[in-house]
Amino acid sequence: MAKTSDLSLPVRLFLRGYRWRRIDPVPFAALTRPVEQCTVGLVSSAGFVLPGMTSFDKGQRGGDSSWRAIPGDADSSTLIDGHRSDAFDHRGMTSDPELAFPLRRLREFAEAGEIGAVAPHHASCMGAITATGQLVKETAPEIAARFVEDQVDVALLVPV
Amino acid sequence: MCNQTVGLVAAELERHGIVTVALQLLRSVAEKVRPPRALCLPFPHGYPLDTPGDAERQRAVLRAALGLAQAPGPGPRLMEFRDGI
Repeated sequence: MAKTSDLSLPVRLFLRGYRWRRIDPVPFAALTRPVEQCTVGLVSSAGFVLPGMTSFDKGQRGGDSSWRAIPGDADSSTLIDGHRSDAFDHRGMTSDPELAFPLRRLREFAEAGEIGAVAPHHASCMGAITATGQLVKETAPEIAARFVEDQVDVALLVPV
Repeated sequence: MCNQTVGLVAAELERHGIVTVALQLLRSVAEKVRPPRALCLPFPHGYPLDTPGDAERQRAVLRAALGLAQAPGPGPRLMEFRDGI
């Protein structure tokens, strides 16, 4: 497992005084059908965009809280790394975007009957968000609305 | 920060009736933020599904996440990923 001690000194110093946003109460939805019948969506915080999409703003104070809808039939090998953080090694996810946006893996599961279907849209955001107000008030509800519209049953969320 | 970001989005999705599993690379952050279902992974930052190009390994992590999606409440539920799950 990753440890905060793996991070650079400036990041560790920042985290020492950072107040994490605690989820309270914790909502908990129940699965209403077998996973084999579920539509599954992805939320990745790797900051990926597809060619032609507007990149995330790496200079925005507090972090860029916007998100991009990634079509379920997108070719994950074309995803472009737009994450601003230098606190982690980007080489893995740039050489194999499935590492942080496993669309192809999900399609394989659907073809094998391990899940019901791959959602028509997935969410890409950039995780280096220290000021979480807009994320909580705008971005997360927008992603939820899209997933509800797409009748997503299960969402897998992937940080980097 | 990524761990917190996906945890906060997960909570909103759950409020809308969507079952979530948030992969987590820092257990200490998962314990503070408390996403509804968290799968803690023994991998370094930047490598949430472990090894680039290792499809079977990536499938193993995702299968563990789908398994946790079936866990009953109440939350938060926190599980460690181990080989063979």
